[in-house]
Amino acid sequence: MEEYFHSVRIVPERCTGRMACLKACPTEAIRVRRGRAEILEDRCIDCGECTRACTRNAIIPQTSSFTDFSSFKHTIALLSPVLYGQFRKHVLPKTILAAVRRIGFDDACDVACASESVSIAVDEYLSSYRGPLPLLSPFCPTIVRLIQARYSNLIDLLIPIDSPMEIAAREVKHRKMKELGLRRGEIGVIYLTPCPAKMIAIKYPPRKRVSHIDGAIGISDIYHALLSAIGDANTDSAEEGEPVTGLGLGWPVLGGQVSSLRAESSLAVGGLGDVQRLLDEIERGILGDIQYVECHACAQGCCGGSLNVSDPYVTRSTILSLTARFGNTACQDREKTRQLYRRNYFSLPGKIPSRPFAPLDKDISRAIEKRKCIQGTYAALPQIDCGACGAPTCLSFAEDVVLGRAPLQDCVVLAAKEARAAARVSSGPPSNPEVVTV
Amino acid sequence: MSSEPLFCQRFDIHGRDFANAGKASITIKGILREIGIHPSVIRRVAIASYEAEMNVVLYADKGTMELRVTPKNVRITVEDQGGGIPDVELAMREGYSTASDEIREMGFGAGMGLPNIKKNADAFTVDSALGKGTILNIMINL
Repeated sequence: MEEYFHSVRIVPERCTGRMACLKACPTEAIRVRRGRAEILEDRCIDCGECTRACTRNAIIPQTSSFTDFSSFKHTIALLSPVLYGQFRKHVLPKTILAAVRRIGFDDACDVACASESVSIAVDEYLSSYRGPLPLLSPFCPTIVRLIQARYSNLIDLLIPIDSPMEIAAREVKHRKMKELGLRRGEIGVIYLTPCPAKMIAIKYPPRKRVSHIDGAIGISDIYHALLSAIGDANTDSAEEGEPVTGLGLGWPVLGGQVSSLRAESSLAVGGLGDVQRLLDEIERGILGDIQYVECHACAQGCCGGSLNVSDPYVTRSTILSLTARFGNTACQDREKTRQLYRRNYFSLPGKIPSRPFAPLDKDISRAIEKRKCIQGTYAALPQIDCGACGAPTCLSFAEDVVLGRAPLQDCVVLAAKEARAAARVSSGPPSNPEVVTV
Repeated sequence: MSSEPLFCQRFDIHGRDFANAGKASITIKGILREIGIHPSVIRRVAIASYEAEMNVVLYADKGTMELRVTPKNVRITVEDQGGGIPDVELAMREGYSTASDEIREMGFGAGMGLPNIKKNADAFTVDSALGKGTILNIMINL
């Protein structure tokens, strides 16, 4: 089976086996064994819920660090407008871009304009598309992974249009190659990311191709440096330099994509529970005539990314006020973008493969037998999902027992019951009645 | 073949319980996924079992749904204690419905339930007795 790259990693020496991650994982991909958490690689969809839940900082994002980029002659920080939402409202995008340049990048630009182009491309795609509906947004890597794993019937509904961060990276790289006379490999584009999952899209994109982005640094990793750089600057006076505008500014907010589209019937959904409920409905074909569904693994869209510093709701509010101020002016020529779309400038070739979680057995007869055994084992368990065995639920523990991943004795409730029964049998009639009758 | 492995699980369905409506068919979908049934079959089972489950929620007081999986097929049997279907042949027609205005306002009762089950099943029978209830037998080949 293909290896899985994951955007989070457990640091065993930091893990104290508190099991917060165990319960937080939406795909039951975590087990605690010998007092430490482990990830079942094929079940993880990189949502980052475990990193959020861990109180010991034992589950860390597999993002890049500054030293990874020391070999580049020119480094460009590419940022999602979500970064603008990490600071007080009076700190303007221009100031933040300047601060990013000051902390060690040669250049900085945001993906808002590329988001606007992508919105236009999505509009174009929707208007000429005649297949089954609704189409799904492919921009959240965790959602793509979820669909690959659990909703392979819906894979073809993912729009084959490239993400704003890739479009922006491609454009800025080309521009800088020309401007500076550098070769492709000499320019490093680094995404300042609100979540670890973006690393998947960069390192192991589902449609096999090479990303134009060379790595990603978590927003929380540079936040402190940025705060100091912003404090030092204090030159917020003029509104000069390249303007930060565009209908794409609101993209990180849940519903931001939808509101930048012309499509009449579309909706936005965030949070893995709600997304799965909606995907179930889509699979049953009962969603009606919705054309486009914007899906995010995080409840507040990218504003809720696990590597953000600011509260998701505060971030949302800040970005909405920025959008109200700067986001009403288009930064792209619609007709030109349409022409680019027709020349396949935005399209993603290749098919997304399905990657289902491993079944109980490759042989259906044996899988049915195993499912029966699981049911039998489950019936004997306390069914209180306490997690003390190291599995998140009694049902997942039953599965572990049947698949030989855990012994039945790991159930502490059963063990306690058996110990009590054994004590009753071996002690016989109480030898000291006075004590017993207390 | 009595030695054929068979997985069987039964679910209770409660009439008018919209908070839990659809949960049995979602659980069934998860079980079939674990067993490794092909996604296109799972989709058909999901649609058929959901429609059958909703029929109980919408029109009966209570009922049960039984899932049976063998290496050859998936069978769903839904039994309810409801009013029964007066004219099964009519109910199998697309668009025919006895749903109240309230039910229709919620987006249900469009008369697509039984036809939708039929469309997705390889074999489908309806046994209904007025005033007693209805039994649906759905079979989908693997």
